[in-house]
Amino acid sequence: MKALYDFSILTQSIHMWLSDRYTPAAVTIIEMVLVGVAFMILFAILGLVLVYAERKVSAVIQQRMGPTRVGKWGTAQTLADVIKLVLKEPIINKEADKFLFNLAPFIIMIAAFMAIAALPFAKGLQALDFDIGILYVIAVSSLGVIGILLAGWSSNNKYSLIGAMRSGAQIISYELSVALSLLTIVVLTGSLQLSTIIESQADGWWIFKGHIPAWIAFLIFLIASTAETNRGPFDLAEAESELTAGFHTEYSGLKFAFFFLAEFANMFIVCAIGATVFLGGWMPFHIGHWEGFNAVMDFIPPIIWFLVKVSFMIFLMMWFRWTFPRLRIDQLLTLEWKYLLPINLFNILLMALVALMGWHF
Amino acid sequence: MEEIIHQELESQEYFINMGPQHPSTHGVLRLVLSLDGEIIRKVEPHIGFIHRSIEKMCEHDSYQQIVHLTDRMDYLSCHINNEAVCLAVEMGLQLEVPDRVKVIRTIIGELTRLSSHQLWWGVMGMDLGAITSFLYGFRDREMITDIFEETCGARLTMNYNVPGGLMFDIHPNFQRRTKEFITHFKKKLPEYDALLTNNVIFRERTVGIGILSKEDAISYGVTGPAARASGFSCDVREHHPYSYYPKVQFKEVLRTEGDCFARYQCRIDEMWESLSIIEQLIDNIPEGPYKAPTKAVIKLPKGEFYQRVETARGEFGVYIISEGQKNPYRLKFRSPGFSNLSALDHMARGSKIADLVAIMSTLDLVIPDIDR
Repeated sequence: MKALYDFSILTQSIHMWLSDRYTPAAVTIIEMVLVGVAFMILFAILGLVLVYAERKVSAVIQQRMGPTRVGKWGTAQTLADVIKLVLKEPIINKEADKFLFNLAPFIIMIAAFMAIAALPFAKGLQALDFDIGILYVIAVSSLGVIGILLAGWSSNNKYSLIGAMRSGAQIISYELSVALSLLTIVVLTGSLQLSTIIESQADGWWIFKGHIPAWIAFLIFLIASTAETNRGPFDLAEAESELTAGFHTEYSGLKFAFFFLAEFANMFIVCAIGATVFLGGWMPFHIGHWEGFNAVMDFIPPIIWFLVKVSFMIFLMMWFRWTFPRLRIDQLLTLEWKYLLPINLFNILLMALVALMGWHF
Repeated sequence: MEEIIHQELESQEYFINMGPQHPSTHGVLRLVLSLDGEIIRKVEPHIGFIHRSIEKMCEHDSYQQIVHLTDRMDYLSCHINNEAVCLAVEMGLQLEVPDRVKVIRTIIGELTRLSSHQLWWGVMGMDLGAITSFLYGFRDREMITDIFEETCGARLTMNYNVPGGLMFDIHPNFQRRTKEFITHFKKKLPEYDALLTNNVIFRERTVGIGILSKEDAISYGVTGPAARASGFSCDVREHHPYSYYPKVQFKEVLRTEGDCFARYQCRIDEMWESLSIIEQLIDNIPEGPYKAPTKAVIKLPKGEFYQRVETARGEFGVYIISEGQKNPYRLKFRSPGFSNLSALDHMARGSKIADLVAIMSTLDLVIPDIDR
């Protein structure tokens, strides 16, 4: 049934084909290059699609048209913007620490790259399948804050510094909630490996199987992951009405584009993790014993399932951003330390009880 | 020893220049902030970047020309500013303007107030990070500016008033389109509440922030919705009625909390009041001439004339000293923005940077109004 779309057959055949022709060392290098190129292409596509999607979603919410001029329905608008950003002069502040200033965007991008490598896009379509998958993704995606702090510090701009400090406090706090809400589901799966977590949802997604604790965990994950990606209503690090542009005030051209792209890539990553852990990853939607219905659902390729779930979560995050006002820094920290964290800890206990008593499906 | 350390730490303030180019100062206002981390210790407004010496220019202009300059001060309540000068000149000439003029002036004045509050509402949301409200505000404001455009050809700086009456009569479509706008906006105003007013985050950001007591409001000379939110009854339309205000029913919006949310709610309620004033008048515009006959060269008699009106921001005053010439000997404008800005330091001390943005939005500053 699942073998209908198993990407491991494809990857295995490529591996075999390469092994026949080259030495094992060369095969490893070639495969690494192939995977790297594939992820770079994915990044570029993500940037183009998500920026366009954000523009159109915000346009619908704000009762306007969004981009319409460049390309059919404005689809080439993002491409035009990329060309503009690439051609722009990279201005570096005279007093800036040039090495750190240039390094910062790359650190953010590297963190995003490392995290995206562990995502399971479909069965067998996963670059790194660690047995500590979730832990790895959480650890790596929080490396990005170093880039933000460096950007704020090296710009030699007071607004940038305030933005970076805010961002540091925010990401360090909200990481806890992201990790704990994911651990709530790990209690049920008993494994940190992302592929195992998905396999465990073959007979139903955790958000349905896990009762109320799973719902609470999902909501907390949604809030905390929005905060971790520095998106509205938690976009304090770049609060444009207070800090002009926060940590990337001094950046222009391609380096600014890196920050911009990393924001969307991070959004994709957290949504993908959420979809994997709570919504069954690439598993199709099944209802009990409706064999016919389930067969039709199986016919839709898993990669489509995965992308649909991720798009749904991304849409939720865009919806927040374009309707809510921004929180203040102390309110943001209050929300995390006084509400989300205690609820989260209690929720894990509750989930442990559910798992222990076997109340989940 | 501890005292010395404390002093040492106190003296290390973190200065930030907010402006002259900054997204939330809404113009070229420069605020020098002394920060302790994120907490504001002192706000020092530096003004004068767009000072055009309008008051001095007025000494060389005829009274008809002065009207045009007042547009360029508080451009969001331009019609009401114009009206103040016209009323002062009419007072000096002891000219009785026709009822038709009074009614039309009142209607357009209230439409101006509405459009100003709509823009303020959108910008307020944007300052707090809810960008969508900006588009909502402008969507509804568009209908009013369309009405203005049809009436007098201009959308922002209208110059519709002249001493003695109006520049020309209203457009035949005026009443129909205004009524259309009222029915449209009565449906849209509850949307404003749904998007911002009842939002939990918005309440968190505004309730209890930037409190201005009634005593402080009076001593700083704060007027308009900002003062009425502190319980200071200062509506010129109510206390010194002009134009057709004595004959319409409306209630002065008063609140007592004096925080950002009270100022916000005050303006939202004022929009409802403005709608009701327009509704009372729009079907009852009396027939008659749209202008009382005046001489081509207006010479005010020797003396001093003061006229105050209620703009969208507060009390606007025109003080004319005339020597009997065709231009004033000396002219002074009392603009609401200047006095309201003076209370900013008092309100913002001890709050966070993000609160300063909220406080500034609820004061609703228009910088050309401050600098003149």
